[in-house]
Amino acid sequence: MKKVVLAIVGVLVLLVVVSGCGYNNLVKLDEDVQTKWAQVETQYQRRSDLIPNLVSTVKGAAKFEQGTLTQVIEARSKATQITIDPDKLTEENIQKYQAAQGQVSQALGKLMVLTENYPELKATQQFSELSAQLESTENRIGVARKDFNESVQTYNTKVRSFPNNLTAGLFGFSKKAAFKAEAGAQNAPKVEF
Amino acid sequence: MRKYIIAIILFSISALGLAQEFPAKPNKLVNDYTGTLSSTQIQQLESKLVSFADSSSTQIAIAILKSVGNYDINEYAVELGRKWGVGEAKKNNGIIIVVALGDRKISIQTGYGLEGALPDVYAKRIIENEIKPYFKAGDYYSGLDAGTTAIIKYTKGEYKNDKPKGKSGGGAGGGAVAILIFIVIIVIAILKRGGGGGNGGQVIGGRGVANALFWSMLLSSGRSSGGGSGWGGGSSSDGGFGGFGGGSFGGGGSSGSW
Repeated sequence: MKKVVLAIVGVLVLLVVVSGCGYNNLVKLDEDVQTKWAQVETQYQRRSDLIPNLVSTVKGAAKFEQGTLTQVIEARSKATQITIDPDKLTEENIQKYQAAQGQVSQALGKLMVLTENYPELKATQQFSELSAQLESTENRIGVARKDFNESVQTYNTKVRSFPNNLTAGLFGFSKKAAFKAEAGAQNAPKVEF
Repeated sequence: MRKYIIAIILFSISALGLAQEFPAKPNKLVNDYTGTLSSTQIQQLESKLVSFADSSSTQIAIAILKSVGNYDINEYAVELGRKWGVGEAKKNNGIIIVVALGDRKISIQTGYGLEGALPDVYAKRIIENEIKPYFKAGDYYSGLDAGTTAIIKYTKGEYKNDKPKGKSGGGAGGGAVAILIFIVIIVIAILKRGGGGGNGGQVIGGRGVANALFWSMLLSSGRSSGGGSGWGGGSSSDGGFGGFGGGSFGGGGSSGSW
């Protein structure tokens, strides 16, 4: 009888200690990072889904830009092959993912610049709606990436600070990687209102 | 000693405050930081948007700035909409229109909950067809008037105001926080009265303290998940706009330049 009581007390004490060391909190933050990551992937997928439509619209009007179109399609197909298991958000994986999606962004950017030479294409409703969707999708990607980075930062801070680092080590919560800022994206903003 | 306490409290409030690049959360929907619109025009837009917010709970906020600097206008609008908390927390039914006059750029950003009612393409069309023609002619009021009318047309019926004014809707948690903050205000008021001695008032006027606390209250009610639009009604003095509800944005919407 005494033993049972002791065991129960022991378990309770352990529970208090573990939750005191932030185990539950770590789980919550880990979940948050994964949710935010899913959002990032959703938005990139959204862009990926827009590309075939965009390509076929441009193809009709801009026959000379075959090379650029091929680049977009190739970059897209490469990028869709790279997905990350949300449990393995390591530096290396994120870097690969970012590089592949960066290729798509570059190819798309080039394509959109070239379309400036085709006023009759730009005047079509289909193209203007597709470019509006592309614009807001890029914006959504930016928001999702920023949210993800913030979530990772909160998580990493927690994982590395005492006493959570002990709990984290015990239960295998490792540091996660975030997106790096694109080159030339860190100019200090100056806002007037 | 009292001065120190007040200073510490004020400091922690200002720490809660917003980054410098974003105007502090206002108590109205139409905010012209450039002095471009006349007060009558602002009043007209405001009353139109407030009455729409009253009937639909959908909040359409307008910010007219000189420039968004190196920010992308969409990115800036998302940040501002989130910082102000336009729309209700649970519905995310806010829309923010940011006009950067110096940059000649405008962005309409839709909250998560309105991406279905006002798809990005519609936002683009509103900018192109309703707003830009007026903006090009320098008639910012008519552009915003036509733009908001179109937005209302699309988003009408998407949400209903299920928390009419006068009824308090906030969860227990939000209420407790509010009561706590209220007590702090009273304590400060008493401290200040009692302190009397001349120089305490120079730091910040009594109204300033109350205002700052009011905003921190709004902030905290927006942050507590149960809070929602609990402050609709009671907080505003003239029966107008009841305060932002803590809605969030995900980048839906569109932008344009004129």
